[in-house]
Amino acid sequence: MTALLEVKNLVKHFEVSRGLVRAVDGVSFSLEKGETLGLVGESGCGKTTTGRCILQLERATSGSILFEGRELTTLDQSELRAVRRKMQVIFQDPYSSLNPRMTVGQIIAEPLAVHGIVRGSAARAARVKDLLSRVGLLPAHARRYPHEMSGGQRQRVGIARALAMEPSLIICDEPVSALDVSIQAQIINLLEDLQSEFGLTYLFIAHDLAVVRHISDRVAVMYLGKIAEMADRKTIYDNPRHPYTKALLSAVPIPDPELEMKRERIVLGGEVPSPLNPPSGCVFHPRCPIAVERCTHEIPVLRDLTPGHGAACHLAEIA
Amino acid sequence: MADALLDVRHLSTRFTTREGVVRAVDDVSWDVKEGETVALVGESGCGKSVSALSIMRLVAQPAGQIVGGQAVFKGRDLLTLDEEAMRRVRGREIAMIFQEPMTSLNPVLSIGRQLTEGLEIHLGKTPQQARGRAAELLGMVGIPDPERRLPQYPHQFSGGMRQRMMIAMALSCEPSLILADEPTTALDVTIQAQILELMKDLSRRLGVAMLMITHNLGVVARYADRVNVMYAGRIIEQGTARELYGNPRHPYTLGLLRSVPRLDEPRRSRLAPIDGQPPDLTRLPAGCAFLPRCAFRVDRCSVERPPLVPVAHTGPEPHVSACWEAERVIARQETR
Repeated sequence: MTALLEVKNLVKHFEVSRGLVRAVDGVSFSLEKGETLGLVGESGCGKTTTGRCILQLERATSGSILFEGRELTTLDQSELRAVRRKMQVIFQDPYSSLNPRMTVGQIIAEPLAVHGIVRGSAARAARVKDLLSRVGLLPAHARRYPHEMSGGQRQRVGIARALAMEPSLIICDEPVSALDVSIQAQIINLLEDLQSEFGLTYLFIAHDLAVVRHISDRVAVMYLGKIAEMADRKTIYDNPRHPYTKALLSAVPIPDPELEMKRERIVLGGEVPSPLNPPSGCVFHPRCPIAVERCTHEIPVLRDLTPGHGAACHLAEIA
Repeated sequence: MADALLDVRHLSTRFTTREGVVRAVDDVSWDVKEGETVALVGESGCGKSVSALSIMRLVAQPAGQIVGGQAVFKGRDLLTLDEEAMRRVRGREIAMIFQEPMTSLNPVLSIGRQLTEGLEIHLGKTPQQARGRAAELLGMVGIPDPERRLPQYPHQFSGGMRQRMMIAMALSCEPSLILADEPTTALDVTIQAQILELMKDLSRRLGVAMLMITHNLGVVARYADRVNVMYAGRIIEQGTARELYGNPRHPYTLGLLRSVPRLDEPRRSRLAPIDGQPPDLTRLPAGCAFLPRCAFRVDRCSVERPPLVPVAHTGPEPHVSACWEAERVIARQETR
């Protein structure tokens, strides 16, 4: 089976005046067609930069990104344009990614015209109408401006615009975290419906572990530019082996006061170190509750504990 | 019933906008007792933040006006205090913590100065005493090496550190009540856990009461003693955290609880969202504001607005809900 997307040893370093920011530092994963991979982690862990490198919005420092069998990192601008159609993105804040001076109809029709997907304005209007109904909006919404819509409706417009390109991969970068709780579930259900309808593949970048568990087939947990742990959904949530994954899961408060009273929490000390100056050895060791001497100088590699379940921790078996 | 530290009665705040009059807070009553943590929960625009701003008399005028009600704090109505007396309440007796500390810290004043200012003005400490106390406060909120941190500026602090600094500022004058408006929403999960545990620990040790304003149902479950759920400017359900989560009696509360995926439960094949959109506050329906999104609606809901009435007595505080069909809401929950 060939993967739709294969990321190998992806590295993205940014040069800044004070040194080198190691935003993404050797990340590898693959995505099968129709699958959803959840990429979780806290701010600065490199999850968004990973997404931007795949989209070629950032050029990778090194590493390989194979999409539908083609190496993206060496493509020139015109070749990229064709590939980009097949990879779309949905952003966290639809308001800042929708042009405020264009109507919803124009926003969705523009890429159809630019990429020559649908020719003729009447045909495009019909396609816009169809796309709006697919994402749960009404034909009349085409005449509205983004500011006339609610947050949930704007995110639906963002999804319709991405769908317009008939992509095979959609990178969803925190697509529901700016939305109200009652609306989040609507958008997640919509994304799931569209996935089964169009056979879409998602890279779902988020920090909400409960949402990620719901939508993902597999999950990768990132910390400071590296993957700490990766496994199928059930394994990673039922049997996390990396101490960071365990701490993340235990930090999520559960909406049940009785349960919360009894629950033991692992509260990590300290803060995420700067990617400008990552710790030696295991990048997690300064905050790790079980770190030993070895962790301070020897970098743990992501290794399979069981087939498909990898953890980058020297103590993954005994933790 | 123990005396309330802050007793808010029939508070109403309106904003005049181009689209019309917005009843941001509409006849809302709740209280906070000494040392307890009370939550105001709801989604954007429900009036939870405006409630807190109204009590502090920080609603932006002239667009916003407090049009009615009382906020009795230690026997005095804050809404009728003169500006001078109100200034002594703010910071000294009631402190606030906001979501984004960077916008409420002064970027050109050192951390030390921002902490000592209140101590000197409100508590009459000398600059030297104030400085010593400032270092103590930073230590108390878990900022390492406080002496070295005092001369630094907010931009040199991380998001989590800034929120610790805000908590230190809030505690500096030993207030009896802290209004915390989405205090951890902008923070990462592990930092969020640190800050919330810190706030809980400090509020217990120092006996400070807390009003926690949030949209996060998990945070409320862990930290609040009593909960007020707001929708479209009104409280629609009120009760102890335990009662409200275990036995929600308003379709909106039930909907919120059911719409979030939970890590402690088996994964569901499909989420159960609340249908429809949040209400347009300038065009609220005549009856119940939740009606267009409600799965329990009956004819009566479109003509008569349901009052908050007791649905259960499970302790000193009644569990109240504003729903004509509250009896059915419970039935649905049990058959789930």
